[in-house]
Amino acid sequence: MTVTRSTSEAEPPDVVTPGGTRIQRGREFVQLLTPQGERVADDVFAFDHDDAVIAANLRHMVLGRRFDAEATALQRKGQLGLWPPALGQEAAQVGSGAAIAGLDEVFPSYREHSVALMRGIDPLDMLKTFRGTAMVDWDSRAHRFHLYSFVIGTQSLHAVGYAMGMQRDGLVGNPDQAGNGAVLAYFGDGATSQGDVSEALVFAASYQAPVVFFVQNNQWAISEPIEVQSRIPLYRRAIGFGISSVRVDGNDVLAVQAVTEWALDRARRGEGPTFIEAFTYRMGAHTTSDDPTKYRRREEEQQWKAKDPIARVRTYLLGRGAIDQAWLDALDAEAEALGVRIREGCTALPNPRLEDYWQHAYAGMPPALAEQRDAYLAYEAGFEQES
Amino acid sequence: MGETMTMAKALNAGLRRALEADPKVLLAGEDIGKLGGVFRITEHLQRDFGPERVVDSPLAESGIVGTSLGLALRGYRPVVEIQFDGFVYPAFDQIVSQVSRMRFRSMGRLSVPMVIRIPYGGSIGAIEHHSESPEAYFAHTPGLVVVTPGTPLDAYWMIQQAIASDDPVVFLEPKRRYHEKGEVDLTEPPLALDAARVVLQGGDATLFTYGPLVKTCVEAALAASAEGRSIEVVDLRSLSPLDDAAIRASVERTGRAIVVHEAVRTLGIGAEVAARIQEGCFYTLEAPVLRVAAYDMPYPPSKVESAYLPDLDRILDAVDRSLAY
Repeated sequence: MTVTRSTSEAEPPDVVTPGGTRIQRGREFVQLLTPQGERVADDVFAFDHDDAVIAANLRHMVLGRRFDAEATALQRKGQLGLWPPALGQEAAQVGSGAAIAGLDEVFPSYREHSVALMRGIDPLDMLKTFRGTAMVDWDSRAHRFHLYSFVIGTQSLHAVGYAMGMQRDGLVGNPDQAGNGAVLAYFGDGATSQGDVSEALVFAASYQAPVVFFVQNNQWAISEPIEVQSRIPLYRRAIGFGISSVRVDGNDVLAVQAVTEWALDRARRGEGPTFIEAFTYRMGAHTTSDDPTKYRRREEEQQWKAKDPIARVRTYLLGRGAIDQAWLDALDAEAEALGVRIREGCTALPNPRLEDYWQHAYAGMPPALAEQRDAYLAYEAGFEQES
Repeated sequence: MGETMTMAKALNAGLRRALEADPKVLLAGEDIGKLGGVFRITEHLQRDFGPERVVDSPLAESGIVGTSLGLALRGYRPVVEIQFDGFVYPAFDQIVSQVSRMRFRSMGRLSVPMVIRIPYGGSIGAIEHHSESPEAYFAHTPGLVVVTPGTPLDAYWMIQQAIASDDPVVFLEPKRRYHEKGEVDLTEPPLALDAARVVLQGGDATLFTYGPLVKTCVEAALAASAEGRSIEVVDLRSLSPLDDAAIRASVERTGRAIVVHEAVRTLGIGAEVAARIQEGCFYTLEAPVLRVAAYDMPYPPSKVESAYLPDLDRILDAVDRSLAY
């Protein structure tokens, strides 16, 4: 059976408000900054920050794109085993990342590189996973950014469970917002077909867990277009679970931040889960192992290139006089320094030894495993003596 | 201080004590609240500890285990109930790819102190998928601890020890023994969680077994003693890790080993125990290590399960064959 691509977005997209009211909206999604760099109003959402916040978002997007480009190049040079590029998804990631506050926690998939940088994770630590010099080597508790998860959609359940724990710990619905927190769970359009994601939506709705499901619909799950995963707009799925949902222009960092702030705020106040579909596009390959020219049209990529998430913000801020060429040059220099650090740091990452890993299998090492370790060490020592 | 109770009651008492001892312990599963679980193991626990700590879950096993993993990362010690052995497979990915290796993949930074309780085994006249013995799948997965009590005493203490463990524990409950009574000493645990127990001492051969067939093996050994044979019975209790020292010590005493379990033979726990015995006790063995197990077919209709499962006669037949070498 062939799955045909839908050609129209004719059905009026909705937003479901906290009270459960469906507001039919005249536009495809929530958008506050057009691809041409013009601010537009939305009848529900507004961006309540000044230009300095937008400039900070621009900086995060540029640095995130640079990190991603360097990592992609390192894979091409044989320095990484694999890399999942995030090119084109910078606004979805930075806008949602900018909405994270005090006690919030992030459960990523494996592509949220820009969010990771915003959470203070060293890009070199992230490369270790893809170079094969470590499993996942960051302190998820310190950064409130949990481990990358490579089995699609599995982290959605961990996110909901963690949110249920925050509920029990009294981190929801306090009058003092500083004492509240929520979970931001990332996954992609492909993951929405996974049973775990459906179960996560069920659990989140049943227990009214303080969780925001942030779906980056980048239109492609490796080679499969969104129509193979869903015949209705993804955000509408959530309505069937009794979860408020909204679709946002995922390439508009202002709209993404505004919508995510709204959703996280609801969760922190104890008003339950929200499902956000960030409508974006994966400009690169799924991972460096794949070849998009085999399954999608060049024209489609070109159409999305015109909706670039970074260009519109640069245009807007320059037009406002909030930044100037000197500011952009300084940002370029910062990105270049990051690139140098990543290139040099990646190849300098020390190789691990198997000795370092025995201890991590169990809290208490079983005697039989200790025997295997001792035998391994003795075996290796035998070679050292020979040489 | 001893008390006579069923295994079901002992598990209930053990869970109650764990809930009292640590506010981070919580139970989750299908129908475990008002109903007390389909086997009533959690009876009255929701009434006494509230729905936040004894949680009725949606009917989704992967969801139960996956959300419990999230709760564990938050500092809770979830004890999940899988309603029947055959229903654990929807949660297989979460158990095998997530729960078991979170410590490893986080380089030791995270731990998942979760207990996954699974009523298992046959001989209860059940329909399909309600009599499975899935232990080997989990014992084959690094990072998981797999244990199974054979008596009310062990049930009472091992469930508490499992909850206290910082490793994830698959806790297999032999459901055909739920309503059999035994003496339970409530003062202190008799053994460590990973220790095997010599249930019956003997000199001629050892029956290694666990869970539902401990009692059957003891009965077989007593029947054999009437014929002048001295059979040792070792309850493995912990299937991963195995208590190698106890296994070797017994084989060194008897020189003959027979492994008995309800699970199918091929690549079952018996295969691993047999391999370890031949590696560790080669010069002590008087006979090949034998296995008495279910046959390598799916669990059959319950009217023929007594022919499919090891019973006293099949165990005695294996004892005869071992002693004939």
